Amino acid sequence: MKSKIASILICAAMVAAMVAGCGSKEEPAAAPTEQGTEADAPAETPEADAPEEAAPAGDGELVTIGFAQVGHESDWRTASTKSCQDVFSEANGYDLQFVDCDNDSAEQLNAVRTFIEQDVDYIIIDPIVATGWDTVLSECESAGIPVIIIDRTIDDSDKYVSWVGSNFKTEGLAAGEWLKAYTEAKNISEVNVLVIEGSTGASATIGRTEGFKEIADREGWTILDSQSGDFTQEGGQKVMESYCKSYEGKFNVVVCQNDNEAFGAMDAMKAASVSYGVNGDVILISFDACTAGLQFVMSGDINADFECNPLAAPFVEDVIKTLQSGGTPDKEVYMVEHWYVNEDILSSIEVNGESQELTVVTQDIIDAQY
Amino acid sequence: MNKLKKITGKPLFLPIFCMLLVMAVNIVYDVSSGNFAFNFFTISVRNGVLYGRLIDILNRGSEVTILAIGMTLVVSASAGTDISVGSVMSLAASFCCMLLAGYGVSAANDLAVPLIVGVLGAILMGCICGAFNGFLVAYLNVQPMVATLILFSAARAIGLLLCNNLIVYVRNESFQFFGGYLGFLPTPIVIAAVCIAIVGILLKKTALGLYIQSVGINKRASRIAGLNSARIIFLCYLVCGLAAGIAGLVASSRISSADSNNIGLNYELDAILAVALGGNSLGGGKFNLAGSIIGAYTIQAISITLYALGVSTEQAPVYKAIIVILIVTIQAPPFKAWIKRMNAKRALEKGGAAA
Repeated sequence: MKSKIASILICAAMVAAMVAGCGSKEEPAAAPTEQGTEADAPAETPEADAPEEAAPAGDGELVTIGFAQVGHESDWRTASTKSCQDVFSEANGYDLQFVDCDNDSAEQLNAVRTFIEQDVDYIIIDPIVATGWDTVLSECESAGIPVIIIDRTIDDSDKYVSWVGSNFKTEGLAAGEWLKAYTEAKNISEVNVLVIEGSTGASATIGRTEGFKEIADREGWTILDSQSGDFTQEGGQKVMESYCKSYEGKFNVVVCQNDNEAFGAMDAMKAASVSYGVNGDVILISFDACTAGLQFVMSGDINADFECNPLAAPFVEDVIKTLQSGGTPDKEVYMVEHWYVNEDILSSIEVNGESQELTVVTQDIIDAQY
Repeated sequence: MNKLKKITGKPLFLPIFCMLLVMAVNIVYDVSSGNFAFNFFTISVRNGVLYGRLIDILNRGSEVTILAIGMTLVVSASAGTDISVGSVMSLAASFCCMLLAGYGVSAANDLAVPLIVGVLGAILMGCICGAFNGFLVAYLNVQPMVATLILFSAARAIGLLLCNNLIVYVRNESFQFFGGYLGFLPTPIVIAAVCIAIVGILLKKTALGLYIQSVGINKRASRIAGLNSARIIFLCYLVCGLAAGIAGLVASSRISSADSNNIGLNYELDAILAVALGGNSLGGGKFNLAGSIIGAYTIQAISITLYALGVSTEQAPVYKAIIVILIVTIQAPPFKAWIKRMNAKRALEKGGAAA
């Protein structure tokens, strides 16, 4: 009997915890949007223009937008989500329906269908997988809802208005070109690379692998191994742990396809007493350039970090405004991105035949980063 | 011959045999690629800590091992599985990091509360989840799979709420201890060993193990015989939740963050597989804790072996599946009976030839 009472109490506590959890979610969800607009208005002039421009677009009524986000697997994703929540806030004349799909593509299809049922004005999708979209995008088309794709790409359908994102292949190429220039400047003749890829099949993984490999093949570098770390810190750590044993003393470059993997790889290399970074034996290259990543670039643990700009929302807003005014936006919108390095020995690299600047990380840059 | 028979007749022979078989693959690989034959098994000291693939297996296998302890008891007592352990791990980790970093903070270098509060928080959260599952199964007679399905889907989401949908980083050395090193040993190995020791002693020195088996074999008969069946089942789920809490703590300390989406992802399946690979019946009743533990390390040995062989991550699950099929087949009763028949036949032929 006693244990029965105890277990009932525990259950009650459990339910209470759940309710408390739900309650606490609503508060901060409402809070950041208000804070966000407050903070944006006085602080940053370019951002401050946005609400004034957007207000008339709403015609007094809010523009409803459905956003099916991938999940929140990394800081990058969180920044991307926050960018959308800030730009498409109520104060700016938008009603944002945000769905976190937790990396489940079936869930994402569901979310999009729910948006169609709700008859939102625009749908933003960050597709978890590149294929299997034609049916649901046709449904959007017949419902007359324009779809804007951000970040990742869709391969098997073109029934969307516009794609806003990064050119992952260019990021890969830039990493390769930087490594070439860097090794030349440092007189490193032999380049043996280990790659920790992102999630299998993700367009960021495919683009970055392709771009980097193109340069590696051209320069005759050896890519010793290339395995997936699933864009997570644990994944990066596990793969690097194994690399350290399989290729002991045989590698001098590690390419991690996002910052979280690089954090894991650093832990693993530390444990295996492999020195990395600016004064180390191993050149560490990472992608994404989130705040934490840039901090490691400044401290010299990561040699170079190639940005993947998460702040897609302002670009998406431009697309929506073009649509509102009856125009046709570009099918592909590329975002502006930076290449961050620690050492000031190279000023620019040549990517795709055009010269691109390298940025040396300072505290100011870190503070300004998402 | 008799001695051999005695060894092969032991219940733990096959699980151990399978684990060694998996590791033996590495010797073949190392020899064929011109390396030192026992490359895989070499353990050295580096940076003052143990270093080597075997250590990796023990270290990385810790979480699944801890989960497998709880899972074995649950399977035995209730003839069902607790599929919520992976999610509970994530929830415990999220709760722990939320306590340590403070609510809504996404990265903290200093602890907001003493470390022990976070640790106890994680363990307590595990226990609460275990108690919730246990209450549903033991007192409300909900089928285990259904009862634990609730937390399987909800726990991760609650964890997200606790962390305000962020990955919470706790970059503090004292917190990194649980995924780091204790002296020269990786701490997760020590934690797993302590868990094994405590549960092992409890089962050996008290009649608890016997009670659990008896409830698993026949719940009603055990009750009539004077055992409080419901309470024993409840206790097993509680222990399982506790194990998940500890595993969650280790997993989040390893990456010094609470990545609620990825911590413990699919670990429930590995834990169930560990129980099965250890030669335990998922139908409840008799169980062998040592078998489950060996099963857990076997799973990790497979993963590490696949890494060592350089099998690409996309194809790894296929090989893993093939190995699991082989191990399960070797341990299947019809296969064992067939081997016995073949042996008898051979013995008969030999006998015939001699005569």
